[in-house]
Order: sequence, then C-alpha cells, then structure tokens
Amino acid sequence: MAELLVKNGFVYDPLNGVNGEKMDLFAKDGKIVDKLNGRRKRIVDASGMIVMPGGVDIHSHIAGPKVNAGRLLRPEDHYRDVEPKTDKTRSGVGRSIPSTFTTGYRYARLGYTTVMEPAMPPLLARHVHEELNDTPMIDKAAFPLLSDCWFVLEPLQKGLIEEAAAYVAWAMEATRGYAIKLVNPGGLEAWGFGRNVRNIDDTVPHFNITPREIIRGLCRVNRLLHLPHSIHVHTNNLGKPGNYETCLETMKCVEDLAPSDSRPVIHVTHLQFSSFKGDDWQTFESGAEEIARYVNTHNHVTTDMGQVVFTDTTTMTADGPFQYILYQLSHNKWVNNDVEIETSAGIVPFTYKRSSFVHATQWSIGLELALLVNDPWRMYMTTDHPNAAPFIFYPKIISWLVSRIAREKLLNKVSKRARHKSLLPTIDREYTFYELAIATRAGQAKSLGLKDKGHLGVGADADIAIYNVNPEEVDPSKQYKRVRKAFKNAEYTIKDGQIVVKKGEVVKPVDGRIFWVKPELSSSRMEISPKLKEAFEDYYTVQYENYIVPEHHLAHSHPISIKTEV
Amino acid sequence: MNLRPKYLFKVPVEAQSISPDNFARKTQDEIAKLPTWEGNKQRALSELFEIDSESTDKPENVSIRVHGDVSRVKRIGFAMTAGEIIVHRDAGVHLGEEMKGGRITVGGNADSWLGAMMKDGTIEVKGNAGDYVGAAYRGSVKGMRGGTIIIHGSSGNELGYFMRKGLIKVYGNTAQFAGLHMKNGTILVMGSSDGRVGAEMTGGKIIVNGRLNEVLPTFLIDSIKQKVKVDGDEVAGPFYTFVGDTVEEGEGKLYVSKTANPHLKFYEQFL
Repeated sequence: MAELLVKNGFVYDPLNGVNGEKMDLFAKDGKIVDKLNGRRKRIVDASGMIVMPGGVDIHSHIAGPKVNAGRLLRPEDHYRDVEPKTDKTRSGVGRSIPSTFTTGYRYARLGYTTVMEPAMPPLLARHVHEELNDTPMIDKAAFPLLSDCWFVLEPLQKGLIEEAAAYVAWAMEATRGYAIKLVNPGGLEAWGFGRNVRNIDDTVPHFNITPREIIRGLCRVNRLLHLPHSIHVHTNNLGKPGNYETCLETMKCVEDLAPSDSRPVIHVTHLQFSSFKGDDWQTFESGAEEIARYVNTHNHVTTDMGQVVFTDTTTMTADGPFQYILYQLSHNKWVNNDVEIETSAGIVPFTYKRSSFVHATQWSIGLELALLVNDPWRMYMTTDHPNAAPFIFYPKIISWLVSRIAREKLLNKVSKRARHKSLLPTIDREYTFYELAIATRAGQAKSLGLKDKGHLGVGADADIAIYNVNPEEVDPSKQYKRVRKAFKNAEYTIKDGQIVVKKGEVVKPVDGRIFWVKPELSSSRMEISPKLKEAFEDYYTVQYENYIVPEHHLAHSHPISIKTEV
Repeated sequence: MNLRPKYLFKVPVEAQSISPDNFARKTQDEIAKLPTWEGNKQRALSELFEIDSESTDKPENVSIRVHGDVSRVKRIGFAMTAGEIIVHRDAGVHLGEEMKGGRITVGGNADSWLGAMMKDGTIEVKGNAGDYVGAAYRGSVKGMRGGTIIIHGSSGNELGYFMRKGLIKVYGNTAQFAGLHMKNGTILVMGSSDGRVGAEMTGGKIIVNGRLNEVLPTFLIDSIKQKVKVDGDEVAGPFYTFVGDTVEEGEGKLYVSKTANPHLKFYEQFL
C-alpha cells in the first residue's frame, strides 16, 4: 500500500493533546506512523485546513430490520432525494433513512469513518450484519438489545450475575455484537403484554424484577466481562414530560458501581429525549439544567445529545411503548413489532416544526445540554439518527455549537413560548474546534474503547478528515456559515490511509470492518450451551444452531478478544 | 409553440422538461436540447418531438400546444408555475404533477396521477381521467394542496387521495374511494360513484350528485340540506348530509343527492 503524507494542516487531535498545531502526518499500510521511508508517496496538501481524526458516531440507526422497515414505510422520503450512480458509487436514495450504500457515502462525505448501529435485536442479527456488509466507507459495530431478553431477566431476578454474564458473553459472540444496549429496561418486556413500566422501581410483569435491577445487573455484567464500551442506555419513560427524574435516577443507580479509575460505567444516550420537565405537554419545559448539573459532578456517566433539527424525519426505536405514544401524538402511519422473547420496535414518521412549542423546546434542550455539560469528553454530538434528525444535518448542529449568533438566529424564529422559556440566551459558551473534535470523534472513540480510532497518534488507524476552513482566519463565532460549509463536505476523507473522499465527492469506494467482541470465558462457563439449547426449544421460533451468526457471514469481520472475570 | 411526436412511442417517455418554465427565455436550439428519457435512454427533446417555437420572455406568456399521441409521455407540465399547456389528444400519466400555477387543458383523456400533489393552477380535461387524480405520492400524506381540476368525463379510483385543499370537479362518474384520507378541500361529483366515498377522511367536503349505492357505515347522518356551496356557486339539492369518517374521528362532510338515492331514505329515521 502506498504511503501518504498529510502536509501542513492545523491538526486537532485531543487524545494526544494536539490543539491546532501545524504539523505533518504520515500514514503507511493503513496506520499512522512517525516517519516515511519510501520515495513513492501521495502528498495531501492540507495548508490552511483543519485536520482531525475521522469522525466517530456512537449512536446512529443505520442498519437492521427496523431501519429497513422504515425504508419500506417511507417511499415519499426517498422520492425527493435520489442519488444516481456514478463511475465510483452505486445509486441509492436518501433522506431520513438512506439506503445502505448511500449511508456509507454520506458519512464519508462528512468526514466520518466509524459508526455504531445501537439497536440490534439479537434474533435478527443476521439482517443487521447483512446490511452492515453493504454499508461501505465506514467501520461499524452493532449493539445487541439485551435489557428485556428472558435469558438476561431470568438469572438477574435470581441475582445470578455470573450466569447472566455468561449468557451476555455468548450473545455477544453469537450476534457478533459490540456493547450491551438497554432500551427502556423492563418496559419492552411489559410491552409484550400491552403495558409499560412507570419508573425504575416498577415491577416488570411476569418477572420479579425492576428496571433498577436490570440496569445494575447489566452494569455489573459489563464490568465482569471487561467490555470495551460501558452499558449503553436508552432510559425508561423516554419522551415523556417529567422524565428527567427517571434519567437522574438511572444515572444515580449505578453510581456505586463506578471503579476507582473513574472509568464511565454508563452511557445515557440521546439525552435530550430524557431531559423533559413538567407534568404534561402543556407545562412541558427543559430539565437540561438539572441533568447537566448531575453529569458535571459525576464522572461515571457519558452522554450524547440526540439533537433535534427542524425537519421531516423518521423516528425508530426499540422502545415500542414510546413509539405508540408518538403515533398517538402524530396520528401518522406507523409500524410496531414485538421480537419474540427479546425486544420490540416501533417506527413513526415525524416532523419537527419550529412553530411547535414542544418541538422548539426539544431543540433547545439538546443544545442546552451540549453547552451546559462542561466536559466534552462526556457529551457527544449525535442526532440519534434518524430519530431527532438525519445525520446529514451534523454540519448545522456544529454551527450552533460553535456560534452563539447561529443558534440565536434560529431561536428568534421558533415558537414564542419556547423562546421565552429557553435557557440558550443565558449561555455564552461556544465550542472551540478542539472541543468539537472531542465531541465528534475523540470522546466517542474513547467511550467506545476503540483504541485505534479517534486519534492520530502513531499506531492509530489512518482515518483522517480534512475540512477546508482556516482556524487562523475564520472566526467560527461570526463566520459560522463558512464552518458549516466546510464540515458539510470534507475536503478529504482518508480511510485506512487511502483517500476515499475528495472535495466532498467519493473517489474511492472501500469496505469497512465490522467490530465485535469475543469474550473469553473460563472453561466451566463455556458449558452454557446445553441449557440454552433446551430453552431455545421452549421459547424460540428458530433453532439454536440457526440463531448464531457465523463469522464468515461478516464481510470484513474484526473480532476483539477480551479477557473476562467469568 | 407546437410539439408533435416524431413517431409513435413504444416505451414510456419521461418529459418533465415540457413546461412553460423550461421553455421561457430559450431559443429553439436550447429547447431542442432539453433532456428527456425514452425508456432507459436519455434523449434530447428534438429527437422525440418536432418543435416549432417562438422565443418568449416570461413563462406566463408561453403557450405550449402538444399535438399527436402523447398517451405514453409522462410528467408533462411538471411543477409548472405559469403559462399554458394544451394537449390536443390523450395525455400520459403524472400530467401537471406538483403544478404551482398556470393552466393545462387536455382535449382527450388524461391518465392516472393527474395533478398529483398540485399546489395551484387549473387543469381541465375534456375526456376521462385515470386513477389518483390530485393524489399524494405513495406513502406521502400531502396530496393536492390547492388549485382546481375539472374533468368533463369520468374519473378512476382514489380521486383526491390525501387531498388537503383545492377543488376537484367531475362532471361524469367516479370509481371507488373518492376522497380517500381527504383532509380538506372539495370534491364535486356530478354523476354517480362506485362507493366507499370519503373513506378515512378527516375534513373537507364531498358532494355526490348522482347515484351512490352505499354510504360507509362509519359515516353518521347529520341533516338534509337543500343546497351546497362549491367555490362560490351553489349546487341544488336536496342532499343527505353525513359526517365522518368516524374511524378517524373525522369531521368531513359527505353530501349525497336525495333524489338520485331513494334507497338511502332509511337514514331519515335517525334524524
């Protein structure tokens, strides 16, 4: 593989403490190296441009049965956003739920190189991986939904943490998953019976267990297995007024499980949807201040924004009961599904309107959280694609983060009531490029435990994004439009040392890897299979043997072996 | 301006470039080069049509006359904002789709998706129209949002599907599901209907002046009205007035002629 030199860029590499220094980067065989020996090398002139590690998205629904059902549900969404094929790329359609290839191309154009699919029903893992196989340009991983699976609930209600851990370890390997995902823990099991849980101490029907026990149990499982990422939690009561208290409770309930090295043990995802105050939609207001205060004083939590953008999009979560509420609010067409003994799912097309008090407040909450949480290492930029907005709107969100003027300009156009209640006018903070690099790549890679991602130190994957904006000349606060434009189309995206995007156009389609974890259990725990096989006969419509996704099913499998305590 | 097909098209032709907005301020050469598709092959407009044009300044002053058989030509007048198109014989599907202004006249019949998602302007068809007149695109909930469609003949199924505003007048008959999912606006059918009128409508009004075998059971009788106002004019009744569709908690109005439908007399006992 040819060698590559990236010359003269302003490098932002927060994991190595590099803050806008003018320096050269060297890549060889897909890795960053400290010098080059060969004479034949490609030179990328990044003079006057920002150089960052390739973007990392910790939470984006890009593949799987739910995403595909969303595509089928929304022909009108694709109709206005068609990408014809070119010499290099395949054709596809966009918008809120782009087809697989288009998803890969569009992420690459934004300078992203690693994306996490955060909701994989274990039973339908094959479908997820088939779509991930067909999503080019980016490295990927998927998080299996484990919070409502009977094989997790049964040992946890008996307090058998090690047994639960053995199942989770098996499930990670069987589904080729990467992290433990919890969605409305307990609530989805209840949804199978048309019910939900009201708070984290409510009992799950037919199981003598509460969401608190599930969260704590899986948090301990996560520690026993030494999984690279923490537990990834979509809280109970998501999307309901007053849920900020549930969110605080959720974060508090694992406080004592934090290790002494202050490694985060819980990631509360799309925090905006969990920061609602008020008793109903009439008294609805922002709970961002309380949530941010808690996050600022507790190191065991990482979060991401789930930022709303005013646009037409498609909401899709594994949270069936929440989607049912959304359907009742919007009266739109919808899909709901119960995945056997594991999880559920729902899809509702949704339009966020500036004129709506609730939607405008949601928009404000996302930004308030991002600006009030002081530590960008624990607050990442996402839209929970496509729930709060499609990921193509990231450059817009960047402009709101770096410029007070940009966000106030929009604030003046939103619902008057929302504007008067918004905290945004009281917040002066503006992200620097350094903080932006943390919130969009370095922090997320660190939280995910992806050691070769999110930085440009020697040995890291040579995933580099170059944006054509000069930090010495452009004042992002005032010239936010320049920043937005630059981040919309990366000047160069380099994936594994190869130039894949040039001036916002895909010049070289490449396949990405699929990461998954391979926990190593002690020999006594390996004997989980006979019992599990029996349970499969009782509970599932598929056979044990057919359930496991074979490794050769993954086009570019990249297992990460981990030593466990089980 | 005159357009005439050079030969009888065997495969569908996509001709959304035929619109006053695209023809205005262009020389004959530029118009000749406008892109179209014949099946999967891209063609210049002049490869398919004989064009005889004069230069015009504004779309408002452009009048395009389409001669010959264009029943396989799709999307004529797509998103036009002003001016006029006259199709002398039958027109193909998606005529006047997303139209925003101006006028389209069809001498013969129009195929399906006539005036789909149109916002303003007028379409008049001397003959019959196909299915999905003034409808929303598949999956969309935004159908016709303004303007007027007048059909002198009959129309097919799902007339005014997801209609939100505007007026559709059918002087002949209409097939099933007129006003399906309708939210607002007016549909006037002077002839008869094959039934299921107003299914899942939430607002707007539908007038059936002829025979309607059956009103959906989810519509409730409200009153008998002597006349109904349509776009400033009055249509003389008397009409049975129904409200529905109750499955969608709708408040749409369905007016059905009393004289043409003596078999609906049993509803009077519920008044």
